[in-house]
Amino acid sequence: MEQKTKINAEEGRQEYTITREFDLPVELLFRAHAEADLVAQWMSTKVLKLESKKFGGYQFETSDPQGNVVFKANGVIHTFIPNQKIIRTFEMDNAPFGVQLEVYEFQRLTDDTSRLNMHVVYESTAQRDQVLKLPFSQGLNWAHNKLQDIVGKLK
Amino acid sequence: MNLRRDVFQAIADPTRRAILLLVASQALTAGAIASNFDTARPTVSKHLAILTECELLEQQQQGREIYYQLNPKKMKEVADFIEPFRKMWDDRFNKLESIMTSKKHELLNKNH
Repeated sequence: MEQKTKINAEEGRQEYTITREFDLPVELLFRAHAEADLVAQWMSTKVLKLESKKFGGYQFETSDPQGNVVFKANGVIHTFIPNQKIIRTFEMDNAPFGVQLEVYEFQRLTDDTSRLNMHVVYESTAQRDQVLKLPFSQGLNWAHNKLQDIVGKLK
Repeated sequence: MNLRRDVFQAIADPTRRAILLLVASQALTAGAIASNFDTARPTVSKHLAILTECELLEQQQQGREIYYQLNPKKMKEVADFIEPFRKMWDDRFNKLESIMTSKKHELLNKNH
């Protein structure tokens, strides 16, 4: 089966692109990125602030079931053209990834389908590579914890 | 981790990616691979050496000829490396799509 979400990350570069086609009109794909209550739902985060306009800013915060904040991110919006383009910065609090620049291009394919092209640029190649490896190392940690659980039960 | 970095350097080059595609369907000699490119034979040899060094290609002696073939295990390792990141976005976008599809009528009506 062909993969719907494609990532292109070349070695030695400080950027990557993410491409995805949706069975949604471009208007709805865009609104999913522009309206706080919609962003909150698909990103599974609390949206403290989202000013969808040029020079606007945003703040996301995610807590675990115990109420501890596990993820906090913010940024400013540089370009906001409805149904076409958003350019914004993104920065995660308490993370060594620096500020990333994100260019979102929304394309109408047909009345009911659309495409999102995301171009994400980091301050350095090393920072980009760290972000790409993040889910990979989390997966490894998870496997490791799982293993410890199982070994723990054997004792 | 060093080995992994070498692999990524190897596949960053367009000629080397083309070589990997060529040998994906069948094992080929260096001569047969080189005949597909305009670049000089020693250049192609250098690419083959790099790909062999980082284990993306395997050499196989058949009589007097050396054949190059893809090492699927190594290729999978490379693909798997970025897979968790891709999967994370794929899951997110699947969620976006299903949420927006379920709200489609409500949202589009509010517009008019």
